[in-house]
Amino acid sequence: MIWDWDWTLEILPDLLTQGLLVTVQATLGGAVLAFVLGLFLALLRRSRRAYISRPVGAVTEFIRSTPLLVQLFVVYYVLPDFGVSMTALTTGIIGLGVHYACYTAEVYRAGIDGVPKGQWEAAVALNLPRHWTWLSVVLPQAVRRSLPALGNYLVAIFKESPQLSVITVVDVMGLARELGSERFRYLEPVTIAGLFFLLIAIPASILIRRMERRLDH
Amino acid sequence: MTTINPCGAELPGTLGEAMPFLCRGAVVTLQSTLGGSVIAIAIALVVGLMATSRLRSVRGVARAYMEFFRGTSVLVQLFWLFYAMPILTGYQLDKVGAGILALGLNLGAYGSEVVRGAVQAVPPGQREAAVALNFTPYQRMRYVILPQAFVAMVPPMNNLLIELLKTTSLLSVITVTDLAYQGRLLVNSGSDQLVVFALMLVIYFLFSYLITLLMRYVEGRAARVVGRERPRRRRSAPAVEGAR
Repeated sequence: MIWDWDWTLEILPDLLTQGLLVTVQATLGGAVLAFVLGLFLALLRRSRRAYISRPVGAVTEFIRSTPLLVQLFVVYYVLPDFGVSMTALTTGIIGLGVHYACYTAEVYRAGIDGVPKGQWEAAVALNLPRHWTWLSVVLPQAVRRSLPALGNYLVAIFKESPQLSVITVVDVMGLARELGSERFRYLEPVTIAGLFFLLIAIPASILIRRMERRLDH
Repeated sequence: MTTINPCGAELPGTLGEAMPFLCRGAVVTLQSTLGGSVIAIAIALVVGLMATSRLRSVRGVARAYMEFFRGTSVLVQLFWLFYAMPILTGYQLDKVGAGILALGLNLGAYGSEVVRGAVQAVPPGQREAAVALNFTPYQRMRYVILPQAFVAMVPPMNNLLIELLKTTSLLSVITVTDLAYQGRLLVNSGSDQLVVFALMLVIYFLFSYLITLLMRYVEGRAARVVGRERPRRRRSAPAVEGAR
């Protein structure tokens, strides 16, 4: 038998408790950061002042065009030089969050652009202060429109989180690599890690597709 | 005026120290991007067209493929192909081969969704007209449907190719000596981190920009082939999931 069942049963509990916990922390932490920071970036990008909107646009474009892995290196290696010391996991969450914020900013922007013009005009007609127009009229509608796309990015962040294992985070993939290197046998741990991602990502994307359809009607 | 070789060792300071290595890495990055995109585009066309088939079983196979490769991360797939598959099958791919295959299989799954969407977005009247003109199914696809679908495919394909370029950096994890690998090696051997990382990011950015320029040209050509003006639009942002 090529597949070692005894070893599988030995490592499975660790992967599903210790590894899972870190993967979930990285995903949720990264997603919260991406969703919040993305909204701010989207608003800054829409600013009428060119000296704000242009640089923000350029930086988000740059981050989207370069690999997450290299950005993770930057956060992991360079920040400590400036006296900022963090755990690898925190570093990874910041890397994931900032990278995906540049994607979600674009999602929010499309959501804001999709709010009908009449809504803005009605807010003006009602003499609503500008910040209330944003907070109570535009953003609630824009965010609702953005939800399915944000959901897709949540799944994307989850699937990219194994990259954190490269900067020594011991998530599901990090643990699988560690276990594999102990015996120099990667078949079982990496297959389990792969199945684990499949089992979560596929139902999640089906759920998001349903949400998309419901919001369309 | 003398020309300056951007990869030369005679450049001042960290530049001269890093650029020769980074250039060597950049070549490997370009090669893997090229190899990966050839496989990805081939898979995207075949599986994407399968997904529009009338036969349920053919559609099912395409769907299963797409869901499988979009459901796990590239890094896991890469590790599996390089470290796990040899144990199971006894066949060991070399690292660049495994890397390019993983890139192609993964991005091909995303590309299939793009091809499927673009083919299905061609107005049904076009297909009916081709049937009325007694075109064979092959002619229908080759001369009527694909040329039109192709125009719609290019912008999301642009995003996917940039995604592919960025993903090649993961090949460094299985010790392919690409740009990310060389950069990390330089940093570990004591070169100025900030300079090396900045150079790496700029090189990746330039490659992304090159892809965008190339794809804009392709889009213009494709639009003219079916008698349309090149649509004026900015590069749309979402890449990973948003390519559909």
